Amino acid sequence: MSATTGTTGTAGTTRSNRPPSVAAIGIARIGYETKGYFRSPDAVFFTFLFPLIMLGIFTAAFSAAGEIQPGPDAEGLSIGAYYLPGMLAAGMLLSGVQNLAVDIATEKGDGTLKRLGGTPLSPVSYFLGKIGQVFVTGVLQAALLLLVAATVFGIALPTAPEAWLTFAWVFVLGVATSALLGIALSALPRSGKSATAVVIPIVLVLQFISGVYLQFSQLPEWMQNLASAFPLKWMAQGMRAAFLPDDFAVLEQHGTWDLGWVAFWLIAWLVVGLVVSRLTFRWIRRDA
Amino acid sequence: MTASGSTDAAVRIRGLRKTYGGLAAVDGIDLDIAHGETFALLGPNGAGKSTTIEILEGYRLRTSGEVSVLGVDPAHAGLDWKSRLGIVLQSATESGVYTVREQLAHFARFYPSPRNVDEVIAAVGLEAKAGTRVGKLSGGQRRRVDVALGIIGRPELLFLDEPTTGFDPEARREFWKLIRGLKAEGTTIVLTTHYLDEAAQLGDRAGVILGGRLVDVGKVGELGGADARVPIVRWRDRSGVTREERTEAPAELVASVARELGGEPEGLEVIRPSLEDIYLQLVRAAGAEAHDAEEVLA
Repeated sequence: MSATTGTTGTAGTTRSNRPPSVAAIGIARIGYETKGYFRSPDAVFFTFLFPLIMLGIFTAAFSAAGEIQPGPDAEGLSIGAYYLPGMLAAGMLLSGVQNLAVDIATEKGDGTLKRLGGTPLSPVSYFLGKIGQVFVTGVLQAALLLLVAATVFGIALPTAPEAWLTFAWVFVLGVATSALLGIALSALPRSGKSATAVVIPIVLVLQFISGVYLQFSQLPEWMQNLASAFPLKWMAQGMRAAFLPDDFAVLEQHGTWDLGWVAFWLIAWLVVGLVVSRLTFRWIRRDA
Repeated sequence: MTASGSTDAAVRIRGLRKTYGGLAAVDGIDLDIAHGETFALLGPNGAGKSTTIEILEGYRLRTSGEVSVLGVDPAHAGLDWKSRLGIVLQSATESGVYTVREQLAHFARFYPSPRNVDEVIAAVGLEAKAGTRVGKLSGGQRRRVDVALGIIGRPELLFLDEPTTGFDPEARREFWKLIRGLKAEGTTIVLTTHYLDEAAQLGDRAGVILGGRLVDVGKVGELGGADARVPIVRWRDRSGVTREERTEAPAELVASVARELGGEPEGLEVIRPSLEDIYLQLVRAAGAEAHDAEEVLA
């Protein structure tokens, strides 16, 4: 190997003859993907800013609607405060599922994946870059949402460390699950052009039945049961556990936060995402 | 591999076939391409050029036959093997949100001993556009980025699939200069092209693929055989019918035609077949054969 490369090598410009590590390239790709994400106006608007815009609309539209109360004599919460956890959950879903499913399907359609498949880039590095990008932008999105909620909309954020601990694990697990499900779902659209048309309805319906835009406790039971089979309901519930006062737990399906089930369902969907991604992802279809 | 790698062919193909539901896109190709050689693969659209190239690149699986590229079977090749290749695909339409320099610097990371990014940008003549996003470049400029990405990893073997489509004449000449430079460094190059002058300019040898078969392979100056290069004299006779004759002595024939007609022949041409003419003859001959075969079957 060294003999063949040595004949064309100009010593000053070569780094080394050892292949770069999968992890190092993966980390480099996180920066590259994040830069690309913020340079794509569609992605930034529909997956990064969307929950913030929805929170703004909800807060403004229902400012006169009074408070949401867990019981007749209990202390209530403003609409904005009640919907904040749902918007955080929606942000995780959009940053992971919608963003990656559309992004990877588009990359498949426009030749990006084919080009990468012709280079020594490992698919593992590629996915580290994608998942890392979702984490970076997801954290920025949640921080922005919380900052605006607290400063602009005057929503009181929890002060108890346990609440933030709950937020932290639900967030990390939820974002990881979302990212893997996004990769898995990218196999579904038949072309890059149809990606948004295939992905957005799925994501939108989930948001409506999972308690993001509609108060979950007021949905019919069959719809609550249906939503319970999908991860978004559990992300939203986990976020409500972190951000709403404890007496709001009575509004949940079983009258408690069910954090054990939140973890169970998110891990289950994480495994589904991992397995489907592993089975379906190809740079290109070689048998074509 | 240091010893055997340099003596074996860079590309070795034996009995390559690729069928799609009974139809053969590639129908039995044998070919060797030597290390350091520039080989041009010619053929009309749908003849099997790109399928063959994509099998060599590892993008497609073959139906049968043997293929070895840099001593490795592309169907079972790993990342080490890919780091020795450069691939310039037919077309890519990425959104192009990265600048030329960002894109090249990023791709350079994938390879064990990449070329210098600024040198590559200069080599493809994009110094003035290094800080411009790829999506904002013209078609020809984007194509040069494709070529730059293909050579950034310092490949031993470079595949170029119709690299100069959409180039203006000057850009093509610049591109040829770049390829000659790579060739001088010892890079093996496999090129497909529609431009016969490109094959003539760059190729040590060329092969013509028609209907999934390699109908002719040879030095670019010898393609089609000696007969195909015999000059053609063309003129119109008294009744206005175009006549055509091949002869090694065109001046003599022209003189005798002039004598016979008793004056200057109308529409007189003496044609020394170019590579393009020879290529078109091959294509026509293959078309006629296919036609005959169909008639026999019918």
